Amino acid sequence: MQAVESDIFRALADPTRRAIFERLTRKGEQTVHALTGSFDVSQPAISKHLTVLKRAKLVRHRREGRETHYTARPQSLAPLADWVSRYGVFWNERFDRLENLLERMDK
Amino acid sequence: MTESVAITRTLTIERELPHPPEKVWRALTESSLIQEWLMGNDFQPEVGHRFKFRSTPVPNWDGVIDSQVLVVEPVSRLSYSWGTMGMESVVTWTLTPTASGTHVRMEHSGFPSEESASYKGAKYGWTNFIGKLENVVGGLD
Repeated sequence: MQAVESDIFRALADPTRRAIFERLTRKGEQTVHALTGSFDVSQPAISKHLTVLKRAKLVRHRREGRETHYTARPQSLAPLADWVSRYGVFWNERFDRLENLLERMDK
Repeated sequence: MTESVAITRTLTIERELPHPPEKVWRALTESSLIQEWLMGNDFQPEVGHRFKFRSTPVPNWDGVIDSQVLVVEPVSRLSYSWGTMGMESVVTWTLTPTASGTHVRMEHSGFPSEESASYKGAKYGWTNFIGKLENVVGGLD
């Protein structure tokens, strides 16, 4: 699998990042400030999520004064349009759940 | 070899897990544990055993995957077929012990590469989220 695809899967495996990405897709450009206001997460956490999304090329940003504005790049999802990629998302989610279960089995 | 690549495709996912292979193996082969991370099932670790994975039905998909156990090599290799909506594929798990736990490799192979098959796949939608992705991707044209 291409590095870029696995970056996309990783980025979207997290529910908060998924929500951020969906929000940007729906609402268009948003500042970090506005995004922090819409999620019950701290600004540093939002920034971290945005960095992961940026690495997967799912969002891009521009600076204006002290504010950073983020925009979704839905065209980056094109690799997910085929079956293999779909299963990539599915299995990455299941791997996360497997890891979770293994943690719980310790107790 | 080249020919089979042209006809089918393989998805490979590898992860390092900080848990011993024996424990990972249990999670992969005990029905009640499989249910916790993958899907409801009547799996048994016996070669030839036929079983079903069941997930929540979604429009155009009854949520059932028909499977048969193909390989059971305790604590190292597990393989089963994965048949759904007329498409047969194979899932193979390989566990390798590492200094800090287990290297897990999952191969899901046998995906048809034809455009038509991908199109059909688009209808099944694993989750609501994937459905949303389709809308977004569909909106690109």
